[in-house]
This record gives sequence, C-alpha cells and structure tokens, in this order.
Amino acid sequence: MTEVLLAAENIHKSFGAVTAAKDVNVSMPKGAVWSLIGSNGAGKTTFVNMVTGYIKPDQGRIMFGGQDITSFSPREVTKAGIRRSFQIPQLCGEMNVLENMLISLSINGDTPPSFWAHAKKKQNVEQAMAVLEQFRIADHRNRLIGELSAGVRKLLDIAMAMTGNPKVMMLDEPTSGVAAEEKYPIMDLVIETLKAAKVTIIFVEHDMDIVTRYSERVLAFYNGQIIADDAPDQLLADPEVKRYVTGTSS
Amino acid sequence: MDLIAVILVDGLIYGAWLFIVSVGLTLVFGVLNILNMAHGSIYAMGAYATATAVGAYFAMGGEAFPMGSYAAMIAATLIVAIVVGPILEIFLLRHFYGRDEVVLVLVTYGLFLILEDVMKLIWGVDPLFVYQPYDLLGVVEFGSLYYVTYDFLVIGISTSVGLLVWYILNKTKQGKVVLAVIHDREMSQSMGVNVNKIFVISFTAGVFLAALGGALTAPMISVSPGISVNVIILAFAVVIIGGLGSIEGAAIGAVFVGISRAASVHLLPEAELFIIYLVMAGVLVFRPEGLFQKTQARKI
Amino acid sequence: MIFLRSIWGSALLALIILILCGLALPEWAVFLVTISLSKGLVALGLVALMRGGLVSFGQGLYFCVGAYAAGFMANWFGITDVFLLTFIGVLLSGAMGAIFGPLLATYRGIFFAMLSLSLSMILYGVLSKMSVIGGTDGLNIAAPTFLGYEPEGWELGISLYLFTCVATVLAGAIMRIFFDSQRGLISLAIRDNELRVEYLGASVRKVISINYIFAAVLGGVGGVISGLAIGHVDPEYSYWTTSGEFVFVAILSGHLSIAAVFISSIVLEVVRSFSNLYFPNTWQLSLGVFLLIVIFVLPKGLGSLKILNRNADAADKQDTKETP
Repeated sequence: MTEVLLAAENIHKSFGAVTAAKDVNVSMPKGAVWSLIGSNGAGKTTFVNMVTGYIKPDQGRIMFGGQDITSFSPREVTKAGIRRSFQIPQLCGEMNVLENMLISLSINGDTPPSFWAHAKKKQNVEQAMAVLEQFRIADHRNRLIGELSAGVRKLLDIAMAMTGNPKVMMLDEPTSGVAAEEKYPIMDLVIETLKAAKVTIIFVEHDMDIVTRYSERVLAFYNGQIIADDAPDQLLADPEVKRYVTGTSS
Repeated sequence: MDLIAVILVDGLIYGAWLFIVSVGLTLVFGVLNILNMAHGSIYAMGAYATATAVGAYFAMGGEAFPMGSYAAMIAATLIVAIVVGPILEIFLLRHFYGRDEVVLVLVTYGLFLILEDVMKLIWGVDPLFVYQPYDLLGVVEFGSLYYVTYDFLVIGISTSVGLLVWYILNKTKQGKVVLAVIHDREMSQSMGVNVNKIFVISFTAGVFLAALGGALTAPMISVSPGISVNVIILAFAVVIIGGLGSIEGAAIGAVFVGISRAASVHLLPEAELFIIYLVMAGVLVFRPEGLFQKTQARKI
Repeated sequence: MIFLRSIWGSALLALIILILCGLALPEWAVFLVTISLSKGLVALGLVALMRGGLVSFGQGLYFCVGAYAAGFMANWFGITDVFLLTFIGVLLSGAMGAIFGPLLATYRGIFFAMLSLSLSMILYGVLSKMSVIGGTDGLNIAAPTFLGYEPEGWELGISLYLFTCVATVLAGAIMRIFFDSQRGLISLAIRDNELRVEYLGASVRKVISINYIFAAVLGGVGGVISGLAIGHVDPEYSYWTTSGEFVFVAILSGHLSIAAVFISSIVLEVVRSFSNLYFPNTWQLSLGVFLLIVIFVLPKGLGSLKILNRNADAADKQDTKETP
C-alpha cells in the first residue's frame, strides 16, 4: 500500500474572470513519476505555483505527508521538502556555475550558512563539484550563466533545487528551449539522478514523447480542470485529451 | 473656530505652493520612471532666473508698468525650461535609460550636485531679493487677519496648473498618448508612438513646472544657494504620499501636507519640522503606493 | 607571503601604513584622514546593504545617533573614554538597526531609499526643535580620553587618529570576512535573483535585516568618531545631504574592495578641502561629475579596478587550494 505523499483537495483558483483551477484533486504516492499536460493557460503552472506556495488557492487545501501546507510561503514549502525547477531557469546571472551551486549548498547545507567561513572553502567547493558532476555539468564551473546553453542552464537549475535532500521535485517544462538532440539525455540524467535519491517527481511537459517515455501516470489539464488521469498510452488515446490537449484528430 | 479657519487658509496657501513645486516631479516619474533628485535645483534655477529677470526689468524702467514684472517671471521660467529641459534629457539622462531606477536616482543626485555649483558660479553666493511682485497686489483681509494677496495668486495659479495638466493628459489626444506611455512604454512603442519625443517633452514640462515653482517663490524669499535642498525632500514627501506618478495624488498630498504643517505650526510647533516626514514614513509603511495607486510599490 | 595575502595580513599592513602616515603628516592632514576614515565606516555599512541590492539614503540616521550618543555621554554623564563611547554607540545603533531593519527589509528600490531617507529626516526634525539639546546649534562634545590617558593638542589628534585606524582596519577585516562568507555570498545572490534565493529556502528578509544591522552599527561607530574628532554634533548629521555623501562614497568605491571604500572617502574629503581653498564653489560640481563618470564608465565602482581588486582575484584562483 503506497502512502500518499502529496495531495491536493478540491482546489479552486480564479484570477478575475479566468478560472485557473476548478475541482482539482490530486493524490500522489511516494516514489511516483507523474507528468502534467495541457495547453497554455490550462492551469498546470498555476497548480505548481499553488503547491509551492507562490500563490494561494481560493478554496481547498494541499497536504504534504499529512501536513497542511496550503498557507506556506515558497520558503516554507522548500524547507518542508518540495522543490521546483523553473520553466525559465532562475539562476544568479552575475555569478558563475560554481558560485550558484555554492549558494544553493550554503542555504541547504547540514549547518546554517556561516558568517565567517569562506564561501569558497575547499570543503564547500568539493561538495559543490560533487553535485555538478552528478549532473554532468562540472566542466562549466567557471562559466557565467550567460555563456551556458539552455540545456546546461536547465540542469543547473534542477541541480540547485536538489540540494538538501528534497522529497518531491516539480519540474516545470524541463526540456523546453532545449535542443532536440539533448532532450532525452537530459531527461535520462535527471530522472535517473532523482530516482536514485528516492525523490517523487512531477513534471510539466508539452512534448508527448517525453511524457510517454518517462512518466508512469499523466494528468491532463483543460480550463483549470483535470479532464483525464491515466497511464500515458491510454491517456493519449482518450478522445477528450486528443481534442482539448494534444490537438490530434481521432 | 477662528483658529481652524486660519489653519485651513495657511494650509491651503502652503499646499498650493507644494503642489506646484511637486507636480513636475510626479509627472516626470510617471512618464520617464525617473525620481529626479535635481528637481529642487531646477526650482532654484527658476527662482534665480526670475530674480535676474525681474531685477533687469525694473532696472530698465519697469516701474512705469510694474505688472509687467509678472511677464518677466513667466519669460524667465520658459527660458529655463526650454534651455535646461531638452539638454538634460537628451545629453544626460537618455544615456542611462534601461538601467535600474535607483541608478537613475543616483544620476540625478550627481546632477543635483553639479547644478548647485553651476548656480553659484552663475549667480554668486549672495542672496538676491525681488520683492516687488510680492508686494504689488497688496493685502487682503480675511477674518481678523491680513494676508498678502500674492499668496492667493499662488493658489489660483496652482489650481489652474493642476486643472490644465489634468485636462491635457486626460482630454487631449497628445495627452492620452502620454498616458499610454505611462501605462506601458513598450506597448506604446510597438504601436508607433515616438517615445523619445514624448520623453523630452514630458521632461521639459516637468522642468517648466519646477522652474515655475521657483519663479513664484522668488518674490517671497531671499534667493540664495541651498533653497533647493529643502524643497526636494518636501516634494518627495508630497509625491510619495500622493502616489508616485499621480497628478491627483500630488494635489491631495500637497493639501494634506500643507494643512498638517499649518496645524502643527499653530498647535504643536515642535512637530513642525518632522511631521511631514512622519506622514511620509507612515504612508510608506501602511500604503506604499500612496493615496492614488499609479505605480505598484516595489515591496516583497 | 601567504600570510600577507590573507585578510589579517592585509589588515596589519594597512594599519602599519596608516600609522606611519599619521606620524609623518601635518596635523590638518591627520584630522582629514580621521574624518575620512570615520565617514568611510558609514559608507562601508552602505556597501553591505548594496551587496544585497539596496541603496539607503538615510544612513545619516545612525551617524547622527552615534555622534549625539557620544555628546550625551560625555556632557551629561562625564563618560569620555573613547572605547566606552564607541561601545555605547554600537549598542544604541545596533538596537535601532534591529528594530528598523526587519521593517525596511520588505522594501526595495526607490521605496527603500525613500523610507530610509524619511526616517533620518524625522530624526533631523525632532533634534532641530529640541532646544534642550541645542536645537539646530547642536552640542559641543568634550574631548575624548583613552583608558585614562587625557591627551591635548597634537597628541589628542594623533591618539584619536590611531584609534580610528585600528577601528577602521578591524571593521574592514570583519566585513571582508563577512562578505566572503557563505552569508555574504547569499547577499550577492539576493541582489541578483531574490526569488531564487527565497525558493532555495533562505529568508531574504532576514539576510537583509542582518546587513542593515551591520550598516547601522558601522554608521554609529562612524558617528561617534566623527563627533569626537570635530568636537561638535548637530542635527545636520541626519540631514539627507549628509546621507547623500555616504551614498556618493559607496557608489564611487563599489562593493568589490574594502580599501576602495576608504580611499573614496579620502578622495571626497580631499576634493572638498582643496576645492574650497582654491576653487570655491566647485567641490560639489567635481563630485557630481565624478559620480556621473563612475556610474557611466565604471558601474562597479573604483573597487573594480584591477589594482584594488587584487584580493578578490587571488581568492578566486585559490578556491581549491587554501582556506584563508
């Protein structure tokens, strides 16, 4: 009996006349790899934003490991163990890859960040390099963010979110903007690394190949509601999904 | 009862003055997103230019037609605006657009420092007096007190200026284009609006209003170095209280600050100097976007 | 050589240089450097805030608090020991910083600048009207003593100068360590991408509050020393133009080098003094032009020049080699 780790109950959210979420119910077990699909404006990113505390639902609640996290701020959600990556990678543009990683580790290290220990102490750098190596971006350590390809930026974004042993990772369009030939290698690496760390994964995607290849279960959003909830192959064959999401004719 | 009337009249007089002095600042912020720390210096330039113009007028035989000194004041203001406005916008400020709004504040702070000395170099450090326009209209009795009529002229001009600016912005085609730029610069640009032209015109208008404030004030004070320093923070206070970028806000803010100060002067003199900044801080803490929300306060 | 390149090594070297200069320079120059260094401390606090992306236009508040605290303690309670006065200044400004910091930490950009400015102007207004403490005339402050030693004349000047040098070098070293630390790096990250830092799990508000308290304490210490050096304090210490001068120094120096802050402060004082002497009514003009040039050409301040940024470069290169 797999325990429910993350649950959204009867979530409603509107922005004025726009319904971003209506009767959204999700019940995600530990260790699962799920994906969210839907056209732009269907409510997928709103859902991620609500789970991670960036916006608050009008009604309903979000439960994580039995705790009500609906009112948590993004920082509190992070501390509770849910992390996210961003559609447009949110990195510190004035600094290089290594510094970005060091920042992440200082905040989520075993001890609170120090007032005097040098940020680039040997120990800290080694720890940062280990994570960078895990995500195969260690070679870029001294490069500024502006010099990186989209794929490397995405990997760094995810690597930074991974610090501190999260329990859940929400990836917002992990392969968007990434060159076609890099998509599979990046997803292989990310999913493999996250699974090895026993992280429960939700990713938002537009690319159906990625969805089919990596997720066990798919939630299809349309107009703020979940219109289908099934294994990838079955879901993509569903006529409603075809009509409202993938746009393929039956 | 009498005291309340006195406070109201004093407050309105002061508030009217504050409005003229501050409206240019809020206009420039609204259109160009620049909080112009040199606004006070331009006010001072208006005062100095007026002192020179009126002095020259009377030196050239203006006693025959004293009312003409008012025309001299307006002429001085226009000259300052037309000369200083475009030069500053085109040759200085334009090079810093696209940078953080705080960087622009610092640029205008540098400008303030420069203009302070430029004025000393042009006009010297000795105070200038041009009392004639102030005395010209005599006094008027109000209640049991005598007020200088000129003060009510300031109220009149202030109200007219406010209505005129409001009318131009909201009722004329050109004004609506400016409002569009205030609202969304990029969108306006992509719709074909010559934003550069709007910028230089709006900035010059702001300069004109600041100089006008100085011009109107010159007959009431001794025009000397350092008058700008006090005015700029008063203008900041009014503009923050009313909401950055809002003309109506500047009007309400000015009246509010004017009456607060008048009340303080008559009831609690110790508070006179800090009451304005206390209100400013209070507004920033409780309602940072000011009384009329035009810009979203950058608050996390 | 490694010791010299370390923070404490550099600090010691700086102290030695400053002491030698003090003994060699004429009395007016010693006074000028004392003032420059004490004002530099306030600017250093501003730099701490700027590293988090904020510019305060109200550091005069703490500068004023420190000086008036010294004035009160000396004149009303007879406490003239410079160490004790500095300690009191630290406590008082630190306490105020701890109160105002969390409030101000929720503001950004122009609003932060304006709120900090209005707080300092409130103090200006309050002090100007309190005739019991001198009103706009302010207070004269009794000469400081040094653990019992009561110097006069040149000896007083040089004693205060030496105290200032030690305070400066100590503050500089502490801030350098703090800037290079993990918390210092997080400040820079906040300046860059605040949202990301919050999402990583750090409280941005807390980081900024801490930076603000450092700035307040440095402001207070600068105020105590300036007040003692000049022998006088008045509400102008809290006027916005005083705060503006600290901003000028911080912008001129940038946040990359500690030495740059104090050099910039000395530049300001030298320009002010010499310009008043030879080209009256031009010192603000020079500063204004300086400022515009720096903003345009050297947006990261003088500290970004290689010669002053040597330490930052060295620290980068030795990131896997040495623990400073």
